[in-house]
Amino acid sequence: MLPFAYEKPKSLDDAVKALADEGAVPIAGGTTMIDLMKLYVLQPPKLVDIGGLPGLGEIEETDDAVVFGALVRMADAAEHPLLKSDYPALSEALWLAASPQIRNMATLGGNVLQRTRCPYFRDTSYRCNRRVPGSGCDAIGGINRLHAVLGTSETCIASYPGDWAVALAAFDTEVDAVSRAGKRTIAFADLHLRPDDHPERVHALKEGEVITHVRVKKTPLGKASTYYKVRDRESYAFALASVAAALVMDGETVKDVRLGLGGVASVPWRAREAEDGLKGQELTPETARRAGETAFRDARTYDHNAFKVPLGVETVVEALMSAKTRA
Amino acid sequence: MAELPLIGEGAPRIDGRLKVTGDARYAADFSVPNPAYAQLVTSTIARGRIVSLDASEAGKVPGVLKVYTHENAPKIEGVPFFGKGGQAYQGFRPLQGVEIKHEGQIIALVVAETLEAAREAAFRVKATYEPQTPAATFGDGGTETEVAAEISKQHTDPKTGDADAALKDAAHVVEAEYETATNHHNAMELYSTTAHWTGDHLTIYEPSQWVYGLRAGVAGELGIPQDKVRVLSPFTGGAFGSKGTVTARSALTAAAARALNRPVKLLVTRAQGYTTASYRAETKHRIRLGADGDGTFVGFVHEGFELTSRPDTFLVSGTESTVRMYGFKNVRTKVSAVRADRNTPGFMRSPAEVPYMFALESAVDELAWKIGMDPIELRLKNDTKTDPITGKPFTTRQVRACFERAKELFGWDRRVAKVGAMRADGELVGYGAALACYPTQLAPAAVRLTLEGKGRARVQIAAHDIGTGTYTVLAQAAAGLLGVALDRVEVELGDTNLPAGPISGGSVATASSVSAIMKAAEAIRLRLATAATTSNDGPLAGKDKESVVLKDGRLVAEDGTGEDLTDAFKRLGVGTVEEYAEWLPDGVDEKAMRGLYNGSVKIVGGPMQDRTQFSFGAELVEVRVNPRTLSIRVPRMVGVFASGRIMNRMTAGSQVLGGMVWGVGSALHEQTEIDRRYARYVNDNIAEYLVPVNADIVHQEIEFLEEDDGEVNLAGVKGLGELGNVGTNAAVANAVYHATGFRARKIPIRIEDVLKSHLV
Ligand SMILES: Cc1cc2nc3c(=O)[nH]c(=O)nc-3n(C[C@H](O)[C@H](O)[C@H](O)COP(=O)(O)OP(=O)(O)OC[C@H]3O[C@@H](n4cnc5c(N)ncnc54)[C@H](O)[C@@H]3O)c2cc1C
Repeated sequence: MLPFAYEKPKSLDDAVKALADEGAVPIAGGTTMIDLMKLYVLQPPKLVDIGGLPGLGEIEETDDAVVFGALVRMADAAEHPLLKSDYPALSEALWLAASPQIRNMATLGGNVLQRTRCPYFRDTSYRCNRRVPGSGCDAIGGINRLHAVLGTSETCIASYPGDWAVALAAFDTEVDAVSRAGKRTIAFADLHLRPDDHPERVHALKEGEVITHVRVKKTPLGKASTYYKVRDRESYAFALASVAAALVMDGETVKDVRLGLGGVASVPWRAREAEDGLKGQELTPETARRAGETAFRDARTYDHNAFKVPLGVETVVEALMSAKTRA
Repeated sequence: MAELPLIGEGAPRIDGRLKVTGDARYAADFSVPNPAYAQLVTSTIARGRIVSLDASEAGKVPGVLKVYTHENAPKIEGVPFFGKGGQAYQGFRPLQGVEIKHEGQIIALVVAETLEAAREAAFRVKATYEPQTPAATFGDGGTETEVAAEISKQHTDPKTGDADAALKDAAHVVEAEYETATNHHNAMELYSTTAHWTGDHLTIYEPSQWVYGLRAGVAGELGIPQDKVRVLSPFTGGAFGSKGTVTARSALTAAAARALNRPVKLLVTRAQGYTTASYRAETKHRIRLGADGDGTFVGFVHEGFELTSRPDTFLVSGTESTVRMYGFKNVRTKVSAVRADRNTPGFMRSPAEVPYMFALESAVDELAWKIGMDPIELRLKNDTKTDPITGKPFTTRQVRACFERAKELFGWDRRVAKVGAMRADGELVGYGAALACYPTQLAPAAVRLTLEGKGRARVQIAAHDIGTGTYTVLAQAAAGLLGVALDRVEVELGDTNLPAGPISGGSVATASSVSAIMKAAEAIRLRLATAATTSNDGPLAGKDKESVVLKDGRLVAEDGTGEDLTDAFKRLGVGTVEEYAEWLPDGVDEKAMRGLYNGSVKIVGGPMQDRTQFSFGAELVEVRVNPRTLSIRVPRMVGVFASGRIMNRMTAGSQVLGGMVWGVGSALHEQTEIDRRYARYVNDNIAEYLVPVNADIVHQEIEFLEEDDGEVNLAGVKGLGELGNVGTNAAVANAVYHATGFRARKIPIRIEDVLKSHLV
């Protein structure tokens, strides 16, 4: 690790001030940050430890939203009774993520902003446009089994690895952020940036801006929701393909549906066209499969990840059929 | 001599408390006065030359003491490669020139006041290379294939009869190619070396499964006498073959410590461990297996291809095992080495059997389906009492009994002999079976055994506890033989100041060490018994000294008369009896004992002059496959093993349970990914190199059969540390076939392989 300055402010205001320094970045649970610093992938001159800030560690219910403080631990959110009963997809996505140790340490804000697991990003001896803009992409033509098939670009095919954000993408979610410029609210769909020509820009936060809350709008879709994750082993592995599915049924007919895709895309992915195609349809494995096929219609595959398309389609079927049992 | 039970009771580990409280000292835990800390810098190309190494930025990091590169590194006299009778992990010595032979080769060693400074400085060393296009693995341009029998005098390919002719006339033939992936050990404990000089005397703390070899290797490389070096490795946090041979770092660290005149502690990162130490190379197999109409095997051809490095020929040659598994009448085998620009592979738990038995046990299953026969039935039909190559008898071979008991425990009779015909909870169910085996091998061993009149005993031997339970098992042996309670026995291991023990490899440790202990214990008994029976008075006076044994803290005759140890010792006029014993396995000459002390390995076993000796087991697994995503789980495994005398039901059980877990990893998880453009390992960390986790292993049941095998050694002990993980991979693959109709000829089985087969 390279030397760095470390500050632990006592209030959000102080944190925002401390983050105004050139290159200063927040650290919460540290499970992404320290990891990448040890690998020299991130070399921040200053860490502002927001982990102990007061007031950001609660999950609250308002009239129209479930509000998550950015510092709520993954483990605590996973166990929250409200999520388990009314938004099971949001609980399951956390349960199926990482390991108990990491879930005890990691925060929801940090979780949403975790970085890709692309091995070429994580090793400074390779070319990576995300790490060093313009240097090239060694993942294209390399070991890209875990890489994205949706939302990639010529410059970067890294996948967004997280689980919870995929479930958030399936609902109407917003993020509250604060910086020296003041407070603002960002639609969750706008938070993560597709690589396009600038893969080094992974999220829409400004320098020094901190997420304070994640707000999920209350919806009847929550009850019949699920998070289905396919991975190489039964626990402690990133998704090969995952789907957050949420349904409102009218008998056998889909009244409303949401589909978030994970492990297969550059950002937490909402499959809107697939949703639209399902609405008003009877939900059967066949219609579900058609929705899956729609979701992956624009997929672009590479040497080792073409399987993510058929796997992703089947994962959509599994998720929808299992959500249906809750409707 | 006192009798040891055939299946020893399950004594908990005597070092368990030390381990769970953090008091067990692993190599890197030893504190030395005023240590400096070292880090390696490794190459990012696999083939080419170093043009320049710029250490100027590294040198500026506060606390850096020295940066060694090829320009100023201490001169190291390479000792020979292990495969050529030396101790070295690989023949090539890094840091002695500009040439790069594999990715992750050591190109600099940074020493600093703190670990943090050493790490930072290591990152700041900048290398410029003149790269050449490397060959990464099978099929790449630039690899060279050499037939083992043509390049090595020691290598012979086992054969008998005329397999090709027999296969021509066979009613059923399976002809297939199988592949196994590159695997890395990933022991929990990372590699480290601490070197501490006092005058011209060097102490090395390093996790090791061969302390005498490490001593010889380091002494040889530094050009100093062996007796000037002491190696300590009382606990090793997992090794699996990776900590047996001597890697380049040990002598480098010692040389740096000498030059800097202070102790140096080197810590190797997880990723660097992938390239500066050994691994299990990928293999390929061409199998032809034929049977008569009734399933009798008539011919077997096994050709193996193993990846190795440019400088070293490391081959596991598992045909030596596969050809002995069934009553093959005609056999032809051939092993070839395929050279690429990689670090040298090495031993990894059941080095030969894991890949080669995967090929054989998959082919047997394929043949069973072809014939329309139960795959276990086919195996039992071709069971044999004699080694088909040598014609000599197996000492013991309970293949049938293992399978029959395993079938019972598993409920194999519920198997529906049709692909995809079994379902449960909406998932496809498959049953798979495979034979497990491991050659019973032994090595010379020396031990010092002490018995005190107060009933305390001590075992001293430079054997190793690599997590297997050696401390406990040797204590049990001494306790049983000397007639004292287990908690009265103290065991010292992993130190070259102790009598030389065997390398912890080839599953020789328990059998060889216990054999030596038996010899020493007999000498102690005889001394006490002779004194007691030849004395003029006392309860044992005049009795036959051969009938007197040590039991329950007493010296007793067959009729139960006897005396307390204290009295027996008084008669001898001493408080302590100490015996040093050297034990040699059958067919090994006296010179091997010198060799043991000088770091040369002699292991015998498997096929011998007059007999063939193996442990066997039957492994049955159930898989469940999701019919949509085709993801595979293993909810149930049964293993039944026959492996001679079981010293401790608990530690032995842990070995085979863990082995089968490893076998699931081999079948479904473990694969080091190689970027073929650069010949580089990509997933060199334990987040992306997958091994099974708890959730992957649901239900496991194991059993040992009683087995009395006096021929293998006096103790009747067969090694079993490497038995459990043999065959599991094939059993899983066979079960996947049963469930899905997809024949996995390549492991690990990945979801994309199964998907692909279902899409076409
Ligand atoms: C071995 C391993 C396996 C894993 N497996 C999974 C998995 O299966 N599924 C999964 O979803 N995740 C997985 N993870 C990722 C893990 O969930 C994340 O590392 C964790 O959630 C990050 O949270 P943190 O609080 O530790 O973040 P930190 O490491 O503290 O921060 C992460 C990033 O977010 C920024 N940040 C943190 N908080 C804020 C904030 N409030 N406002 C603005 N920026 C902020 C930091 O600057 C940093 O860039 C795994 C991680 C590891 C190491």
